[in-house]
Amino acid sequence: MTVILNEGDAAGTTGAASGGPVDAAPEPGKAMTRGRLVLIRFMRNKLALVGLVVILGMYLMAFVGPLLSKWSYDTQDYTAFLEPPYSEHIFGTDKIGTDMFALTMRGLQKSLIIGLLVALISTTMAAIVGAAAGYFLGVADKALMWVVDLLLVLPSFLIIAILSPWFRGKSWFLLVLMLAAFQWMITARIVRGMTLTLKEREFVKAAKFMGQPARKIIAKHIVPNMASLLIIDATINVGSAVLAETGLSYFGFGVQSPDVSLGTLIGGNAESATTFPWLFLFPAGFLVVFVLAVNWVGDGLRDALDPTSTRVRRKEKKDTKEKAA
Amino acid sequence: MAGFLLRRLVNYVVLALVATFLAFTLASATFDPIGVLQQRNPPPPAASIEAKKRDLHLDQPIPQRFVTWMGGVVQGDFGRTIADRPITDELGRRIGVSLRLFLLGITIGILFGVLLGVVSAIRQYKFSDYFATLFSFILLSTPVFVLGTLLKMGAQGINDSIGTNVLIFVGETTPGFQGNWFEHLGDRLQHLVVPTLAIALGQIAYYSRYQRSSMLDVLGSDFLRTAQAKGLTRRKALFKHGLRTALIPMATLFAFGFGLLVVGGTFTERIFGWFGMGDWLVTGISAQDTNITATVTLFVAVCVLFSGWLADVLYAALDPRIRVN
Amino acid sequence: MTTSELQFDAPADAVVDGPVLQVEDLHVSFPSESGRVRAVRGLSYHVAPGEVLGIVGESGSGKSVSSLAVMGLLPSSARITGSIKFQGRELIGQNDAELSRIRGRRISMVFQDPLSALTPVFTVGDQIAEAILVHRKVSKQAAAKRAVELLDLVGIPNAVERAKAFPHEFSGGMRQRAVIAMAIANDPDLIIADEPTTALDVTVQAQVLQLLETAQEVTGAGIVIITHDLGVVAGFADRLMVMYAGRAVEKGNVDEIYQQPRMPYTLGLLGSIPRLDVGEKQALVPIKGQPPSLTDLPDGCPFAPRCPMVVDACHTAEPPLMDVDGSVEHAAACIRTNEIAATDAEGAEAAVEIFGAEVAAEPEVARIPREQREIVLGLDNLVKEYPINKGVVFKRRVGTVHAVAGISFDIREGETLGLVGESGCGKTTTLMEILNLQKPMGGEISVLGTKSSEVDGKRRFAIRRDMSVVFQDPMASLDPRLTINDCIAEPMQVHGYSKDEINRRVPELMRLVGLRPEQLSRYPGEFSGGQRQRIGIARALALEPKLVVLDEPVSALDVSIQAGVINLLEELKSKLGLAYLFVAHDLSVVRHIADRVAVMYLGKIIEIGEVDSVFEAPRHPYTQALLSAIPIPDPVKERQRERILLTGDLPSPANPPSGCRFRTRCFLHASLPPEQQRQCIEVEPPRETQAADHEAACHFAQIRQVL
Repeated sequence: MTVILNEGDAAGTTGAASGGPVDAAPEPGKAMTRGRLVLIRFMRNKLALVGLVVILGMYLMAFVGPLLSKWSYDTQDYTAFLEPPYSEHIFGTDKIGTDMFALTMRGLQKSLIIGLLVALISTTMAAIVGAAAGYFLGVADKALMWVVDLLLVLPSFLIIAILSPWFRGKSWFLLVLMLAAFQWMITARIVRGMTLTLKEREFVKAAKFMGQPARKIIAKHIVPNMASLLIIDATINVGSAVLAETGLSYFGFGVQSPDVSLGTLIGGNAESATTFPWLFLFPAGFLVVFVLAVNWVGDGLRDALDPTSTRVRRKEKKDTKEKAA
Repeated sequence: MAGFLLRRLVNYVVLALVATFLAFTLASATFDPIGVLQQRNPPPPAASIEAKKRDLHLDQPIPQRFVTWMGGVVQGDFGRTIADRPITDELGRRIGVSLRLFLLGITIGILFGVLLGVVSAIRQYKFSDYFATLFSFILLSTPVFVLGTLLKMGAQGINDSIGTNVLIFVGETTPGFQGNWFEHLGDRLQHLVVPTLAIALGQIAYYSRYQRSSMLDVLGSDFLRTAQAKGLTRRKALFKHGLRTALIPMATLFAFGFGLLVVGGTFTERIFGWFGMGDWLVTGISAQDTNITATVTLFVAVCVLFSGWLADVLYAALDPRIRVN
Repeated sequence: MTTSELQFDAPADAVVDGPVLQVEDLHVSFPSESGRVRAVRGLSYHVAPGEVLGIVGESGSGKSVSSLAVMGLLPSSARITGSIKFQGRELIGQNDAELSRIRGRRISMVFQDPLSALTPVFTVGDQIAEAILVHRKVSKQAAAKRAVELLDLVGIPNAVERAKAFPHEFSGGMRQRAVIAMAIANDPDLIIADEPTTALDVTVQAQVLQLLETAQEVTGAGIVIITHDLGVVAGFADRLMVMYAGRAVEKGNVDEIYQQPRMPYTLGLLGSIPRLDVGEKQALVPIKGQPPSLTDLPDGCPFAPRCPMVVDACHTAEPPLMDVDGSVEHAAACIRTNEIAATDAEGAEAAVEIFGAEVAAEPEVARIPREQREIVLGLDNLVKEYPINKGVVFKRRVGTVHAVAGISFDIREGETLGLVGESGCGKTTTLMEILNLQKPMGGEISVLGTKSSEVDGKRRFAIRRDMSVVFQDPMASLDPRLTINDCIAEPMQVHGYSKDEINRRVPELMRLVGLRPEQLSRYPGEFSGGQRQRIGIARALALEPKLVVLDEPVSALDVSIQAGVINLLEELKSKLGLAYLFVAHDLSVVRHIADRVAVMYLGKIIEIGEVDSVFEAPRHPYTQALLSAIPIPDPVKERQRERILLTGDLPSPANPPSGCRFRTRCFLHASLPPEQQRQCIEVEPPRETQAADHEAACHFAQIRQVL
């Protein structure tokens, strides 16, 4: 589930208006570098900042949290079955007496790692394949477009679910590869579209006419100019990957025991949600908050990287209010 | 124009066939129904296993199995399940169950999504926009299986506070319900509300985000300014010239949205105990049943492609630039 | 055709006494990343009924913002103060509903970009009818009928049919006509035209300007025409207002402004425009620096940092508009107007005197007779066609676009050839064919004697050293992710220069194009358009080429910046003995910079030759029409000139007319007796020598002076 991707992202330029006489330059010396501008814009977006803190906090918690707890995900407390949260077990216990905090952290670990790896692999693939297809067109391009069309008809969820008996009992890393293998295509299509636009840009033509070979043009001019898109996409992809993983795991088509993920926890406990809500609410809460944080960061990045962002207005109003106060 | 739509339709039929073939092949290659059978306790006699293998055509190569199955499909026979029940018998009822959920969900989703998106764009950076944005962000970050379970918990809460079971969240009708058609309708509605919400909320969030950004694009356009310069009020210009143009990109999204809906529907059916196509898919994969899986895939493909074709028709109807060629 | 009941009032129906529009002390500001942009700062002007006021300024001068403020169409983030009175009625503070009763009815507007000004999903006729329906209680049929009449009035042929077409089926010029039809639909009292011709080709520009004059005649409305081009308003406006940094810096009657400009900025602007009608080498006045940032303006005159006459007093306070030469009509915002008045020269010559401008020397190779110089680039009967395909799965060819239909020319060492033509004439295709260096579909391209059809990859790579390119859009021609240093160094890296050599040469190139090497570590985003274009030129010179292909190198720049870049190009040519292929649509620039000129129409060169010969004595009717369409920044001359208006639009290059390609729009052809017309229809005219180094492709070529 990808949230809005703004295909019109200006390929990382500082809002050069097309056509018409050229406007005055920022004054030399006072000009902000693009990086600084993006940073300032991002920092201004409170939600995105909160999101970033939440994401970092969750990664930290998933790996450090279990060390601080006296319970482990694979030991049971035989004095506490299905207990709601209390001082001893802050997230309660399940029906065999496992500490829900330890279990949730364990699941969180797996889900977060899977999300990160899938996003990295798929965005890299998308950049390479999309840029190559867009630049060279021809067969590779046709194949890419066709595969994307096919995926529309045959949701990746379905394919991985069908393949799930095959990787049952094998490493969870296979799942990562599967998820990545089906997540790059949509991004690749967007990258392809942007490559087609960039290819017509004069600096790319200039490089071509000075004799720069194609693969160098892609590496030096095309991919770096899509950096903003790729960063946004990688961020959003972490969220999508976590959602895809938990969705599959919910039905038992994803992460397999003895591994646990947020998805297996939610799936296993959804039935008893109305009677023992803590079994469901804690893993589900972590999942929703994490994905929400990722989406906020993605949105904040898009706003920060988008030269036409209009958030300034708000900021200014606030400033004048502060000054008045 | 008609020729264009016809060509697209042919293209889609081919895609549906390819998708089904792929699903069939993958399922045949990974599924091991005999293995499942052998793990039964007590194990079935060798003779019956051999018979099963023959019944399932496991002695034939996969392409041949597909041709055999497809040959049946063309005549309206979708083969038999592993448990040896004809798929065709169940198919009609299950499709009915799923479509009721899908169509209602997508209709509500598009209507309210577009409305919310437009309001959000027009009132950009005002309270209603922030509220709508927050609403859709949270919903887009909440997977259907969490949302469904939460709605279930909420419905339970409402029922408890009223004291009667107003909202029923198990099954699509009360088994053995007696009454006239009006009471039957009421009973169905009681069952329908919560699952439809589970599907529609996500769709509303999805469409509203896209509608918002497409509307924002239009808000800055020259032609809107021209319309105002003619003497239309801003509001009138927005609705007559702006919305009409901003709807064009929504047509293409329709196909994407439907794919999302199918996956969401699977979770919804499982959570609320509706025996539709999604539920069948999970049952089929868990039982490693190729015929069920392929049948559901075919259904999904046809649905997605039909919506894709509908999107083409809509696009042509909305955009005169496409209509010409 | 019976006319409908909706008619224009009798022209010049003065409803109210006094000005139609009275703007007093208008201020407009916007929030931005780096503070409040004060786009308009204390602007006052008025428009009398039936009067044409020209507002001239460069981008960022506040000219468009102030007119959008009149229309009440600024975004809600804008802060507007002051007074805008329309027919005595205050507009500031009125709500949208009240303003919308005035907009389109009493005041209407024509925008710059006709391509995006119409809603793509409604027919043109419906959109014009809508303008009538929102203001008048008439039936839909009556409005639709009126829309057709209006389309007919603005010169759309076959208006009944065309009213049913969608905007994308109209050409840019036709769309602008439709927008004008909309603007005059309700017989307004004021029409604001914001750069109405900037996005259009010259011949279309002439048509649209003519149409605006007609519109003014039929409606009797006052007109505010906003432009950056001093030529456009010279013959049309009654009064002129020059804006700089959000304020009016000079205003007065149009003749006074052109002949006795009293503000150094106006002077500089006039001096920076290449003149179509000046034969001998004209010195162009570059105005140094860039317009100031509107977020934090310094005290004092905003033009002071760029002004050649600046004195200390200029920095103390911003001068108000003061009457000059004892005239109430003419006012300028400068404390040294008297000294400007004291110079003997008038207009542009005064500018040359005050700003100091020089004509670059001829390169040394130019002294050798042309025939003896080496041919740097030769095109022999070059052909480029594109297939038109139909079908998704089974592609079939349904037609051919003859983009370039056999053109020949050569460029010799140290020489500039200007390749001119309107959009769609094939000049860009020609350019790309030359730069691609592939084997052409037909004909031959040879660079320094090497034929492109015979070269392999290695040889092609070597040729690229001798030929470089400068593109049009300075914003797009430099990779925003590379520092200036990397941008300029890239061609040398590709061609294997050593690190030391590159490090030595890059600062040298920076100095050559007039930039400081200290700026090398900056990114393109930190430079202005003119500076970026200089960087692009430095990059093009990195490999010491023999030939530089210039693709509209100054058309995206403001006039005051443009002159500097043109001067730089001339200076480099003289210093380095370069040959230029200068592709442009602006004939004035070509006249200034080129030695020879080739005029293209529909994929053919219809006239070619020595630049003065072609401009002074054009032989081909198209060249004549093209030249006559270009406005000259001289109101007296401009009013006397006769304009040849071409009818219709460019035919599709997929289906060019038989015989002479220009005949469908040719005024000469139309005036010929039938038997001679047959020759035009049946025989394609060959290029024939008309004078020394002057060829034209017309059966009935004759000299017609149009300047």
